[in-house]
Amino acid sequence: MLSRVAENLYWMARYIERAENTARLVGVNANLLLDLPRGIAPGWEPLIEITGSAGLFRERYAEPSERNVVRFLIADMDNPGAILASLRAARENCRTIRDIVPREVWELLNELYLYARDEVNVGLTKKGRHAYLKQVILSVQTLTGLLVGTMNHDAGYQFMRIGRNLERADMTTRIIDVRSASLLDDAPVELRPFENIQWVSVLKSLTGYQMYRRSMQASVRQGDVRRFLFQHGEFPRSVLHTLGAVGEGLAVLEVHSERPRKLVARISRTLLDTDVSEMDARALHEFIDRLQRDFIELHDEVERAYFRGEALSAASTGG
Amino acid sequence: MSINFKSYPVGELYDELITPKCNPRAPARMLVRLLAQMDEEELAARQAASELAIKGMGITFTVYSETEGTIDRAWPFDIIPRILALKEWSRVEAGLKQRVQALNLFIDDLYHEQRIIRDGVFPAEILAESANFRPQCIGVSPPLGVWAHICGSDLVRDADGTIYVLEDNLRVPSGVSYMLENRLVTKRVFPELFEDYAPLPVDDYPSQLFDTLAALSPRDIDVPEVVVLTPGIYNSAYFEHSYLAQQMGCELVEGRDLVVGDDDCVYMRTISGLERVDVIYRRIDDLFLDPEAFRPDSALGVPGLLRAWKAGNVALANAPGAGVADDKVVYYYVPQIIKYYLDQDPIIPNVPTHLCTDPKEREHVLANLEKLVVKPANESGGYGMLVGPASTKAERETFAELVRKHPRNYIAQPALKLSTVPTVIGRHVEPRHVDLRPFILSAKRTHVTMGGLTRVALRKGSLVVNSSQGGGSKDTWVVDTEQR
Repeated sequence: MLSRVAENLYWMARYIERAENTARLVGVNANLLLDLPRGIAPGWEPLIEITGSAGLFRERYAEPSERNVVRFLIADMDNPGAILASLRAARENCRTIRDIVPREVWELLNELYLYARDEVNVGLTKKGRHAYLKQVILSVQTLTGLLVGTMNHDAGYQFMRIGRNLERADMTTRIIDVRSASLLDDAPVELRPFENIQWVSVLKSLTGYQMYRRSMQASVRQGDVRRFLFQHGEFPRSVLHTLGAVGEGLAVLEVHSERPRKLVARISRTLLDTDVSEMDARALHEFIDRLQRDFIELHDEVERAYFRGEALSAASTGG
Repeated sequence: MSINFKSYPVGELYDELITPKCNPRAPARMLVRLLAQMDEEELAARQAASELAIKGMGITFTVYSETEGTIDRAWPFDIIPRILALKEWSRVEAGLKQRVQALNLFIDDLYHEQRIIRDGVFPAEILAESANFRPQCIGVSPPLGVWAHICGSDLVRDADGTIYVLEDNLRVPSGVSYMLENRLVTKRVFPELFEDYAPLPVDDYPSQLFDTLAALSPRDIDVPEVVVLTPGIYNSAYFEHSYLAQQMGCELVEGRDLVVGDDDCVYMRTISGLERVDVIYRRIDDLFLDPEAFRPDSALGVPGLLRAWKAGNVALANAPGAGVADDKVVYYYVPQIIKYYLDQDPIIPNVPTHLCTDPKEREHVLANLEKLVVKPANESGGYGMLVGPASTKAERETFAELVRKHPRNYIAQPALKLSTVPTVIGRHVEPRHVDLRPFILSAKRTHVTMGGLTRVALRKGSLVVNSSQGGGSKDTWVVDTEQR
């Protein structure tokens, strides 16, 4: 398989996943704000932090009002994390590899992008937002289902799986990081009565509330929620699970460098060895920071091993 | 109301299916009978079904627009096939093989001894001003001595029924994927036709193409690595590049996927590292192939590719420089070229052509612009030409100026009355002008497609068949009428 094709598959999956994650974030935040008393609610600013785009946002907007943040996250084509920009990038990646993915995947992705683009003004209204986001999430889920169910589980498929799960791991840690900052013991005293509700919102933004209740059989407590989101082996959006999927994908591929797999093993071990439930805010933030640096390194290793091609010229030409 | 061919306006033209007396030609008899049983409603429904099938099959061509980016347009298709008798086709096939064989000998000669110039058959000054002669290729001997492995020659039929070669495309001719898909669409929307007819199959083209390409491999291995090199998704023929790669089971590569090593071999970047490439079916023009040898600003090509080709480590199809014969001034000389190399008379004639370099002919052209078609020597796609009978005075004046300034760049031909085929227009059937592009493959053996791509000018009276300019296409059948 051509390196360029592998790279396109990888990025297509990442962008598709990013569109879904951003849609989830916006939707859940909107719901959360409805439940919190005006004046103490964290507002929309945390979403900018979560997506790691505070700098870009401040360059382009005066204040983190609902209107600005929602526009930035849904429709701003200069924000690579925005739903519309992600879908466009996914579509452009897919366009050059239309012969590799099942035809329905291209068609659905194309339709999804056109829907998101044509209906964006509805999606930016308070009234239309819910249905718009729901449609994006549902379509992405359908796309993922199509890929799992109709594409050969060959090398190309593994690159999509790696991309999707790395993006998911990244987003899960971001959500925990930012939400936790306002939820931990050093949070403003007025917020404490609403702590529970905010942890529920963290779970819900990852569609994890129901699964949490089923598997943890506990009420929503932050220590348990953290363990669930970092270390649970079966919840498909937990960091451990997504890393496992990346590792499985790598295991199927031809190995010419041990480094990506070793790195996955190292990150997973660190995850399991860390007692995430008892950390204070600062330690948690540092832990997440380290994880995110690890994810970047993992991306670099995958890129070096598979997307550059010439890195292996010595081996191939016998030199 | 059913389709009535008794009132079909054949006029002064040659219709491929209907005689001037409004009777079906022999090979078309059963088709016309079937059409006559259909009412307009049904005809329109079949046409709509074909359009749906094309959309569903994703048969597109790409149009680039500044505002919208790339747009994939559905391929315009007409459901009524054009039918040719095998007997006539066999003669055309022999003529095409003869032509391409001679052209390959001509190209090879130009890059070696240039005997044809020394012998005074082909003028040195025409070569000196050729836009597509590549001095970089002098002295190179590609495998099997073949330069134009894939040739698409455009054929037209005049009012008296004579078939002419209108031009030879020896650079990167396109359209063959539509020929293949058109047959599939016809099978879907007109299955009952195939009960009465057995049109000779066209779908072995991808395997013949693969065999042609594989025969050029510099390495003597069982399965050489053959790739299709595309300029990318913004190219109007990207659909075809992708289609042919899929059909042949080859990788579709872009320039950035390939690299020339220190050993002057070509490699592609894969997830398993660099893999040697033996044969490149390149769909990129010469000048963009290799920034080291040709245009240094080309981002589409592969630095060092020409070096690897000259070293004999990779085969390029078509060979760089093959386009020297894809020049309408060279076209004028093709009958002499055939005579010179093969000592044969051409089986298919050229359209009578005036060379604007000859002062007497040039005066004739300038005096008769409103009757002639003036074509630039090195353009394709129907761009930059003057169709005299349909031109305005201002256009004629512009062209007269151009011809006077650059006589080497233009030729002129009489405006032929291209033959027509019944075509569905709305709910009726009307005659529309067509041409025909067969594809000729040359390596160890020469193959000609059974028929080819029939392009049809959908606008009433129009002679321009190019898809970029309102043309459509038809399925083309070669039928053996003598066996039944």
